Amino acid sequence: MSEKPSDAEILDGLAEIVEEVAGVATDDVTADKSFVDDLDIDSLSMVEIAVQAEDRFGVKIPDDELANLKTVGDAVNYVSKHV
Amino acid sequence: MSNVDVVVTGLGATTPLGGDVSSTWDALLAGRNGVRVNTAPWVERFDLPAKLAATLAVEPTSVLPRVQARRLDRCEQIAVIAAREAWADAGFAIPTDEHEPVDPDRLAVSIGTGIGGPVTLLDQDDILEEHGLRKVSPLTVPMLMPNGPAAHVGIEMRARAGVHTVASACASGAEGIANAWQMIQNGRADVVIAGGAEACIHPITVAGFCQSRTLSTRNDAPERASRPFDVDRDGFVLGEGAGVVVLERADHAAARGARVYAKVSGYGMTSDAHHITGNHPEGIGQIAAMTNAVRMAGLTPGDIAHVNAHATSTVVGDIGEAAAIRKALGEHVVVTAPKASIGHLVGGAGAVESIVTLLSIYYGTIPATRNLENLDQKVGLDVVTGQPRKVELAAAINNSFGFGGHNVAVLFTAA
Repeated sequence: MSEKPSDAEILDGLAEIVEEVAGVATDDVTADKSFVDDLDIDSLSMVEIAVQAEDRFGVKIPDDELANLKTVGDAVNYVSKHV
Repeated sequence: MSNVDVVVTGLGATTPLGGDVSSTWDALLAGRNGVRVNTAPWVERFDLPAKLAATLAVEPTSVLPRVQARRLDRCEQIAVIAAREAWADAGFAIPTDEHEPVDPDRLAVSIGTGIGGPVTLLDQDDILEEHGLRKVSPLTVPMLMPNGPAAHVGIEMRARAGVHTVASACASGAEGIANAWQMIQNGRADVVIAGGAEACIHPITVAGFCQSRTLSTRNDAPERASRPFDVDRDGFVLGEGAGVVVLERADHAAARGARVYAKVSGYGMTSDAHHITGNHPEGIGQIAAMTNAVRMAGLTPGDIAHVNAHATSTVVGDIGEAAAIRKALGEHVVVTAPKASIGHLVGGAGAVESIVTLLSIYYGTIPATRNLENLDQKVGLDVVTGQPRKVELAAAINNSFGFGGHNVAVLFTAA
């Protein structure tokens, strides 16, 4: 990616990844949603989502950081800060 | 003798002949063929001498939701598909928090497999080699483990009385059913979802079977390649598929007015202690398996009118089994060999063929053995050929034997 993506673009990208990995409709992937409690995503799928997000946005998401990404909004902020 | 009556109330399967039990049964009665040319590019790449396979008639990924399919190995996919069919056929709804059709503490699973998920194992190894750790799926272990099919079924149907997987190669599906019957006898469960599944068609498994010289190389005539008991048989055709039955304590089934297909009245399970792939020359293990099944059911050999043979279409195996049937039960037995149509489903075989056996009792019809043009004179048994045989059956045995010297005979009787 040549330019830094906007938060909205990061959210759209994450939503596509979550849809692909976990089958959650992209419209349901909003910033306030918890991956585990709201979107019913398990720890195995979270690893897949993190790897795909790393590739898509060109960031690194170490395991100890991944553990802190409780909501979709957390993930958007993390990517935005590190991209 | 058994103390508790155990009946079969639900059936499910996905096979090279059809995506469910009724299509598989109808195809079997019509004498249709499930063996195809294996068009995978690796067959030519490695110049494999056996270029045939009995692949599934219905792709499991076309049946399952996309996300579920990508989380399951193919072997797990087909076990889940067959289990859903059997569960619904038994009259049960998928459990929810509001409604659990069977008390989870009284429900168990017993689904065997020969290998489990070797395709996942090998594919993920390729990914590790080519792309490194990051690209290896976090689902690798649960997809390759042989207890995965049983575990997924147990989660979906909420079985908390135990989820078990037996691995006895090509006898696994039958042993899964026998073990389920024993669980109900022992009082561990009222209902057990039982059977077997296999989806191991991969270059290395085919190459390995080729090197053990067990596969048919009749590549120019796939529809005629699997020919148990025929003088021109030259090996089996590797297939893939799953069979699942719902076994239930008879009084539990009666209390809810369930339809009963047949009763499971006993089994025999022995081991050859002889050779890792070869039959015992006198067939002592096979004979003892059938004899023990008859004894456990409180019957005599003369009561067994029909055997659904393991008969894989190998030169040595078919004759050995025929001799064992004659010695254990007598020459009156009417035999059929469904692998002529279905191919060899390895860990799924004993389950799918148990379903065929009990449907033969239920419908009073034994499917014919396809491709049996010239009966090997050493068979010495009445093998059904041409058209299905209409015959009222009180008791029948399904034989399933496996590499390792495993011999399993499951005895079904009319309900």
